[in-house]
Amino acid sequence: MKVTDKDVAYVAELANLELTEEERVRMLRDLNSILEYVARLGELNTDKVAPMAQVSDRYGKVNNRDENQSRHGSDRFAYAIREDVEHGLRESLPHDVAVKNAPDTDGTFFEVPKVIER
Amino acid sequence: MSATTKTPALTIDEVLNAITERHTTASALAGEFYTRIRKEDPEIGAFLTLCEERALAQAGRIDAMAAEGKPLPPLAGVPVAIKDVMVTNGVRTTAGSKILDTFVPPYDCTAVARLEAAGAVVLGKLNCDEFAMGSSTENSAYHAVHNPRDKSRVPGGSSGGSAAAVAAEMAVATLGSDTGGSIRQPASFCGVVGLKPTYGRVSRYGLIAFASSLDHIGPFAKTVKEVALVLRTIAGRDPMDSTSAEVPVPDYVADLEKPVKGLRVGVAKEYFGDGLDPEVRAAVENAIQKLAELGCEVVPVSLPHTEYAIPTYYIVATAEASANLARYDGVRYGFRAKANTLSEMYRLTRDGGFGMEVKRRIMLGTYALSAGYYDAYYLKAQKVRTLLTRDFDEAFKKVDVIAAPTCPTAAFKLGEKVNDPLAMYLADIYTVTANLAGIPGISVPCGENHEKLPIGLQLFARHFDEETLLQVAHAYEQSIRPA
Repeated sequence: MKVTDKDVAYVAELANLELTEEERVRMLRDLNSILEYVARLGELNTDKVAPMAQVSDRYGKVNNRDENQSRHGSDRFAYAIREDVEHGLRESLPHDVAVKNAPDTDGTFFEVPKVIER
Repeated sequence: MSATTKTPALTIDEVLNAITERHTTASALAGEFYTRIRKEDPEIGAFLTLCEERALAQAGRIDAMAAEGKPLPPLAGVPVAIKDVMVTNGVRTTAGSKILDTFVPPYDCTAVARLEAAGAVVLGKLNCDEFAMGSSTENSAYHAVHNPRDKSRVPGGSSGGSAAAVAAEMAVATLGSDTGGSIRQPASFCGVVGLKPTYGRVSRYGLIAFASSLDHIGPFAKTVKEVALVLRTIAGRDPMDSTSAEVPVPDYVADLEKPVKGLRVGVAKEYFGDGLDPEVRAAVENAIQKLAELGCEVVPVSLPHTEYAIPTYYIVATAEASANLARYDGVRYGFRAKANTLSEMYRLTRDGGFGMEVKRRIMLGTYALSAGYYDAYYLKAQKVRTLLTRDFDEAFKKVDVIAAPTCPTAAFKLGEKVNDPLAMYLADIYTVTANLAGIPGISVPCGENHEKLPIGLQLFARHFDEETLLQVAHAYEQSIRPA
């Protein structure tokens, strides 16, 4: 799958990156080189293999809550109890602390350039 | 300064003894480390920010406790430093990026909070590759880090500052992060010990996220025992990180001296193939021989999908990174570019604030997740991740630890690989598998090449079996200690 200039422009738009001309050229070259390399994953037959999004899926057994390995859905994550259930409601960041790093604020809101063109 | 305290080569135990026996104070020690940092760091570049006020306040608290004869916490007065991807309340945290150049976090990373609760003195924040993306620390938006063992060479990455600070005696222990090898590889390049714990062993709360299913926080120190001590301090369930596991934390230090006789050490041929430097091969093979002499049984194993680890990693990690870095948009914190519209602001902020490697990975990840390519890349990579993890499951039915090189070479020269991203990625070839599978891995020094550059022995163990990992690493380290 060869990446084209159009692909680079499209992906940059999705990623909210305004690439310079020079960056676009480099990106085209680098992406093609890397994607050519990763294409070798196609050599493996994975028809009957389940995808693994994260390691924690298997930790249900380790926690000894349920030795049955055929637990489904959110049961496997039963150990990750919601904080507000386990500990009661915690305090959130005070407002003034939350806006302390803001590039632009009126003290209540984060201020940004206009969203809608007139 | 008494004759029993010397700033160079202090271990955690030596610090604790010196403070308990009143040969020195935490404040005096912190002062000595800052003097050393000011003297050595201009040529190394390990630190991005020093937090002397915080350090001296902590040291003062420890000294007050000592003066009152109160029992001291387990890391009392130990000078530590933290990779700049972990947030520190009130202390600038940059993730090695210009986009967070002036960011001052309003909370502490759990691992840092636990170190301080144990009495450790945080000296400052350590330089790293931008957003932990890199294998040489040359991607830091600030400056590179020079390997203390040879300043013309890289310290490794992305936790280059963390490894260099320990190697140059500018901190007794440091914290780093490891997403594809970023603790183990710099440990190997700088000749120190670095541990990537099991996924979920240490809370990631407060770790600026790169790839959430692959990121780990872990310790650096000069010896395995010190690494075990730090792990014991930072490990354990944290309700603020729902991926942190509810697995009790053993006393890794108390169990360290257990004899390793009879343990089975696996050697996988896939880690000793082409591309492995002959001197690295020889040093690692000698180390394995040493383990055999200690009574371990060396067992050949196979990890057949190893060659697919790097492509899998670079799809999974970049895909997750593209999502995690979407938050840097100039709205709530960090750098904001001047713009007339909101969308222009997003684009200019991100293009101006991010370095080339970060942009490259965001692009790759976005591409791999985009409609039409998701199945071929991301879903495929997740399936291969299952296969890679199964390889380890199968191997650990026959062995207790697996021994391998940490990297194919010793430290390369600064500038050597910056123009070839793929060549840089291949430096991670022996380390990414442990991140994909979530198993713990450690790098311990096992010799030098003819240029006196350190070589690292890597050991892997089963999930949550850091005890065995540390026991074997400790036994090896003690067996090569000069008499």
